[in-house]
Amino acid sequence: MSGQDFKPGSEEHLAEVLAHAIAAEQPLELIGRGSKRGFGRAMQTAGLLDLSGFSGIRMYEPDELVMSAGPATPLAEIEAALAAENQELAFEPPHMGHLQANAVTDGSIGGVFACNLAGPRRFRAGSARDHLLGFRGVSGRGEIFKSGGRVVKNVTGYDLCKLMCGSFGTLAAMTEVTFKVLPRAEKIWTVLAFGLSAEQAVQAMADAAGSPHDVSGLCHLPTEVAARSAVDFISGAGASVTAIRLEGPAPSVTHRATALKTMLAAVEGARPQGIEELHTHRSITFWREVRDVSPLLDGETVAGNPLWRLSVTPTDGARTMTGILDQVPGRGLMDWAGGQLWLALEPGAEDGGVDCIRSTMDGGHATLIRGAADLRARIPVFQPQPAPLAALTKRIKDGFDPRGVLNPGRMVEGV
Amino acid sequence: MQMPKPDEATIARRSDLVAAFRDFLPDAHVIVDEATLKAFESDGLTAYRQPPMIAVLPETTEEVSRILKLCRDWGVKVVPRGSGTSLSGGALPLADGVLLGLGKFNRVLEIDYDNRTATVQPGVTNLAITQAVEGEGFYYAPDPSSQIACSIGGNVAENSGGVHCLKYGLTTNNILGIEMVTIDGEILRIGGKHLDAEGYDLLGIMTGSEGLLGVVTEVTVRILRKPETVRALLVGFPTVEQGGDCVGRIIGAGIIPAGMEMMDRPAIHAAEAFCHAGYPLDVESILIIELDGPEAEVDHLTEVVSGICTACGAVSVRVSETEAERMNFWAGRKAAFPAVGRISPDYYCMDGTIPRRQLPLVLKRMSEMSEKYGLGVANVFHAGDGNLHPLILYDANAPGELERAEEFGSDILRLCVEVGGVLTGEHGVGVEKRDLMPEMFTEVDLNQQQRLKCAFDPDGLLNPGKVFPTLHRCAELGRMHIHRGQMPFPDLPRF
Ligand SMILES: Cc1cc2nc3c(=O)[nH]c(=O)nc-3n(C[C@H](O)[C@H](O)[C@H](O)COP(=O)(O)OP(=O)(O)OC[C@H]3O[C@@H](n4cnc5c(N)ncnc54)[C@H](O)[C@@H]3O)c2cc1C
Repeated sequence: MSGQDFKPGSEEHLAEVLAHAIAAEQPLELIGRGSKRGFGRAMQTAGLLDLSGFSGIRMYEPDELVMSAGPATPLAEIEAALAAENQELAFEPPHMGHLQANAVTDGSIGGVFACNLAGPRRFRAGSARDHLLGFRGVSGRGEIFKSGGRVVKNVTGYDLCKLMCGSFGTLAAMTEVTFKVLPRAEKIWTVLAFGLSAEQAVQAMADAAGSPHDVSGLCHLPTEVAARSAVDFISGAGASVTAIRLEGPAPSVTHRATALKTMLAAVEGARPQGIEELHTHRSITFWREVRDVSPLLDGETVAGNPLWRLSVTPTDGARTMTGILDQVPGRGLMDWAGGQLWLALEPGAEDGGVDCIRSTMDGGHATLIRGAADLRARIPVFQPQPAPLAALTKRIKDGFDPRGVLNPGRMVEGV
Repeated sequence: MQMPKPDEATIARRSDLVAAFRDFLPDAHVIVDEATLKAFESDGLTAYRQPPMIAVLPETTEEVSRILKLCRDWGVKVVPRGSGTSLSGGALPLADGVLLGLGKFNRVLEIDYDNRTATVQPGVTNLAITQAVEGEGFYYAPDPSSQIACSIGGNVAENSGGVHCLKYGLTTNNILGIEMVTIDGEILRIGGKHLDAEGYDLLGIMTGSEGLLGVVTEVTVRILRKPETVRALLVGFPTVEQGGDCVGRIIGAGIIPAGMEMMDRPAIHAAEAFCHAGYPLDVESILIIELDGPEAEVDHLTEVVSGICTACGAVSVRVSETEAERMNFWAGRKAAFPAVGRISPDYYCMDGTIPRRQLPLVLKRMSEMSEKYGLGVANVFHAGDGNLHPLILYDANAPGELERAEEFGSDILRLCVEVGGVLTGEHGVGVEKRDLMPEMFTEVDLNQQQRLKCAFDPDGLLNPGKVFPTLHRCAELGRMHIHRGQMPFPDLPRF
């Protein structure tokens, strides 16, 4: 299919472009900075809608904990501005540029919201969807609209911010996002337990999550994955590593680290081979790795190597991960106390492991985050929904983009 | 406030409808007698009253499904109701509508400590969830002041908050899954014990949808371990500005307290007279700042926060020494509504949110309005997140005062929007703020929201007359005006 590419410079131009696309029945692929073009189903779009014109921080009020930016603003630019004020995006969005075969760029803030991405702090701090306060955009009807605002407490009308998060550009092209930001912790420590099995780790993580020690990261790296870490303490362990993050004011963190170590040493039937702690600098490096799943990828950028993300009931994490990796060769790690599994499978399986993954899971969902285009065209990249939910999804899409001009088929066929 | 015109044909079929309900519901669960129906005539916004045509009280999801399907087939409107504490008239019945009460859905279904979740029926009260898990040291974080009465289903429908949502979020940040029934009678499960959605975030959309999209029949919430230590500071300031400034400085110092509430002089005096909490009476504003966490952290932060308060010009800083003292600090704030109820025959509670730094301006403009309308106003304020609760004092028996109070309230909300805020922070739009929606949204914005409604309820049978000032037919909203012809911006950059 051939068609035109567009790069509007203003909201009005964008509305005109979409009006034209609607009239010409020309579906468009939306891109911000292009770091996630390989995420989602392979599409048949006639042209590109390049939104890079909507870039730049428009408002930042640190004492009000709020920032507004053009969606194409590089995530790195946002993070640098926040760091200068000792603030951050509490949901720790992963940087996904390195997952691309040609490692094009790093991502944009709009892409983070459109894909509803979040890192290790998700189970405590929420996801991207919990931080988007407002947006402006143009619907697939070619109409400029907005929702939400700039304040956290807001129940005025439906919460369309939630709907935009995780809609992968299938409902509207956003032109501005306004989101909540939070102070960075003063101190970040990580308590490590070595040598736990996946099952034991899940129990230890559940205990830690249910403790009063206010943990903000809970992950488990099997031995061969830990070995690929850039943090010496972890790569040199020669054992699996279960990591628990503590953040806050210094006196609080040291107190909690002591309490947690005592707690871990007493995990029944699961005596760790050792307990260590990482201090702030190494902790930051380590959790960044977990966030971006780099230890799983081992520096390789082979797009043909499927990478899956599973969201499951945390206590079912170990069973699910082991069950899948027993059947298809690959590596995995558990985050979110077992609630999020990352699986990098060996290339080869005709279906990218999809059948095995979805039949081993008991609830939750599995998404192919990276895979060759032909694989993404062949299998359902997103977890298929029961018919009534799928029909509702389609009706929602029709209300925003009745002619299917915005990223059609990116999530599921017909949406 | 105009409600949709009752449909006489529907009212004429009332007894047929009752018979159809009694086909599958026990007689006692289909309420038709006037006296009992009157009990449902209003919610927490008592200025509006309207008994429903019929009230039904199902006990199972299957019954809810049959009720909705029947109403859809018969073209009858439905108003869901939890505990009826809404302050925006969200559960106000319709003369030609069925009121669907969820009070019988009152069971806690499952508690899973390892995954930190509780699954309950929608009629369970907010406080009952905490009570069910506190034996093991857990709690459910969002805590609206109405928590002994309001239902979790109502909380989901209104996306309710509480004094602790500054640190722990609103309802929407604390629920993981629901079971719901659509107007077609279809039973849907959204989410569960895992995080995030596999597709569009329907859980996020249902939360705060004010009973317009579906009926929630089960809720899975996230429960949290109780913090080791909780301590409150009661701080008095000579001016409102200093109190407001202090809030910004605490947050600016990187501290997010568990709660940070502010009261102005009229509210302080009313609360003190009502419950003798020991509030200072010679100040213009007080802040109640709650800190929680491990003891080492709370000790540390108490010191830092006290220092900031003193630097901001606080004239008194008291730190709770015991749990009883902490509860006492809160007693006045939590009883602010009834306390104001004692100094005025009636009061009208507003709920706008503003960017925090606009507080001094907004309070000044509010006191000017108070003079203009000749009505007093007392302010309690979720200061940490800018959510104002001005309480307008009036006397419903004095001719014209209710109308004046309503106009005063509307002016306050317009002001909130003008300074960059919103019409409602946690109480919902309901009927109360429905006609103010155009202050915040264009027609295009509102139509887009209604198209979402159409995806769930194409005939507009669920809670009509709430939220949207003008109701459009879905067919009309679905129409597209396509401009055919030349590419209108030939000079657009392309590549
Ligand atoms: C004294 C007082 C203090 C309050 N304090 C606060 C506060 O601090 N924070 C706050 O946020 N709110 C507060 N409220 C408002 C109110 O308590 C909340 O909005 C609450 O969530 C309403 O719950 P409910 O069960 O009473 O719902 P109802 O009043 O019965 O209904 C509210 C809305 O929800 C819908 N609904 C109810 N149940 C369902 C269901 N199962 N499925 C679908 N829709 C449903 C109804 O149709 C209606 O639109 C207060 C109210 C009072 C009276």
